[in-house]
Amino acid sequence: MQDQTAQSGTKEITYREAVREALRDALKRDSRVFLMGEDVGRYGGCYAVSHGLLAEFGPERIRDTPLSESGFTGAGIGAAMAGLRPIVEVMTVNFSLLALDQILNTAATVRHMSGNQFGVPVVIRMATGAGRQLAAQHSHSLEGWYAHIPGIKVLAPATLEDARGMLWTALQDPEPVLIFENDMMYNLAGKLAADAGPVDISKAAVRRSGRDVSLITYGGSLWKTLEAATALATEGIEAEVIDLRSLRPLDDATIMASVAKTRRAVIVDEGWRSGSLAAEIGMRIVEQSFWSLDAPIGRVCSEEVPVPYPRHLEIAALPQAPKIVAAAKAALGRK
Amino acid sequence: MTASADKPRLSREHMLDLLRQMIRIRRFEDKCAELYTQEKIRGFLHLYDGEEAIAVGVIPVLEKRDRIVATYREHGHALVRGVPMTTVMAEMYGKQEGCSHGRGGSMHLFDKTTNFHGGNAIVGGGLPLAIGLALAEKMQGNNVVTACFFGEGAVAEGEFHESLNLAALWGLPVLFVCENNLYAMGTALALSESEMDIQHKAACYRIAAEAVDGMDVVAVEAAARRAVHTVRESGKPYFLECRTYRLRPHSMFDPQLYRDKAEVEKWRPNEPIVRFKEWLQSNHMIHPDEVSRIEAEVDAEIAAAVAFAEAGTWEPVEQLTRFTYAEIGSPA
Repeated sequence: MQDQTAQSGTKEITYREAVREALRDALKRDSRVFLMGEDVGRYGGCYAVSHGLLAEFGPERIRDTPLSESGFTGAGIGAAMAGLRPIVEVMTVNFSLLALDQILNTAATVRHMSGNQFGVPVVIRMATGAGRQLAAQHSHSLEGWYAHIPGIKVLAPATLEDARGMLWTALQDPEPVLIFENDMMYNLAGKLAADAGPVDISKAAVRRSGRDVSLITYGGSLWKTLEAATALATEGIEAEVIDLRSLRPLDDATIMASVAKTRRAVIVDEGWRSGSLAAEIGMRIVEQSFWSLDAPIGRVCSEEVPVPYPRHLEIAALPQAPKIVAAAKAALGRK
Repeated sequence: MTASADKPRLSREHMLDLLRQMIRIRRFEDKCAELYTQEKIRGFLHLYDGEEAIAVGVIPVLEKRDRIVATYREHGHALVRGVPMTTVMAEMYGKQEGCSHGRGGSMHLFDKTTNFHGGNAIVGGGLPLAIGLALAEKMQGNNVVTACFFGEGAVAEGEFHESLNLAALWGLPVLFVCENNLYAMGTALALSESEMDIQHKAACYRIAAEAVDGMDVVAVEAAARRAVHTVRESGKPYFLECRTYRLRPHSMFDPQLYRDKAEVEKWRPNEPIVRFKEWLQSNHMIHPDEVSRIEAEVDAEIAAAVAFAEAGTWEPVEQLTRFTYAEIGSPA
């Protein structure tokens, strides 16, 4: 926010800073907004996202919590019901399982169960994904599980614009919104418009246009997929890359429009393959675009193993650009 | 108000009102059990028989602005709070005229106009919610008490401990009301808790606590007055353990294999309505005719509620997925 660039200009920024700017902006614009979670205050955030906010906004609004995921997530839900706009930060998606009862049994159900008398406009942010050798209790990608739940919305900002812009829009939403930040992206640096602000959270985005195959992905896998698309281009294959952005609801229209054009689809998802979000998207393509397809739908997901610690095994367990290239070529019948 | 905020009111009119409210709950639920056998009410049905003195003793002490979080055994709480019996009964039927539009049923009575935040059917699940309601009120500078009801079974849940800690740590105006009926479904307290004196749990979190005979409505009300007064004045939490006993099965599916009939019979003379009636009569505060009059009035109210529910309508199937997400004009 201190950037001196002209309004029409751009500035260098990291994903981490973009999320922090979004938080700061929301805290400034709406006195009902507060952030709470483990180590968000004095520590500055487990991933340093909220660094500096305690000094700026004080301990009431940058609220350190005990290690009570269910307790403070439920408190965020209750505070949202009573008129505030809490942002709950859960360190990682693995820890969020301790709060799953509150998210599913309360946040997602209250509007329906109360006959529309109460809503829960809470935002719950958490890190997801592997790649930092954090082993099998800090590395999973369970956002697909959350995307299974009616009554909540699930976002996966993969770009600086979305890291900066999704939070405010999520706070305006009357529903509980979960935001998944892939922890490999916090250091992602790039240019962001100096006047970047809120963005739409309902549509998928075409991040690269192409005619030969649709590569459908989200979150941290977007960058691996774009890398794969670049490699494919050197071999004369023009891949279209779809960034889902919203995992619930899914933007079927953008997916189907792309498949109608390319007639081939590969889904890239860091979740495990069985029962994955990739499976859901594949099935929707079958249901809605079966007659457009020229080839079986491909998937690149994580291997079905708890994420291992050693670097080489972790790399092997996750979707990587070469695997995406291979899947895209298979869809085209090429080696 | 003839008495100060933290002192019991012993006027005859007030005593009759306590009796009336307990009779209302008991007879309403007796009717529900009957309607259950007729398959008018389905699903789970958890009755409050024997425990009425708690809701009746605590809830009228709260003010309109205060908030309530209840459990799946919450018909009595809703009725005493002022949710109309007609809409409660329609909810039991699943009719769209119900207080939760028929979507919730017996375990999920909600009413925004009375700040009744629901029957919660996840044991312990309501406690973090109460923390959040109280936190929001405190952050907005409102002097609002959030009363959170839960059974002693919830004490074994992690959410209980997380919530008591948060309430004390952050100084939140929550009245924790533990309805200790000695059984978590069919598991006796001795089989689930290493420390069976539940009120002591609060001491670990530096929360003021007391235990009260939960089948003595006057004692419950007196304790609730102290408790609510303390919460409102101090802005800090308070823990009230109400010791009671559930005279009926856990739900309509419960064959009660875990307790002897003799045990239930031993508790029966202690039940709150008979006890209070006898006490009133021995103190010449009530005439038997007045009890009959109350019963007749309550029966008329119940008959009207049943008629309302019977006349209620089924939500069109076309609306099945409504209110999973907000529509324009929905509450945030």
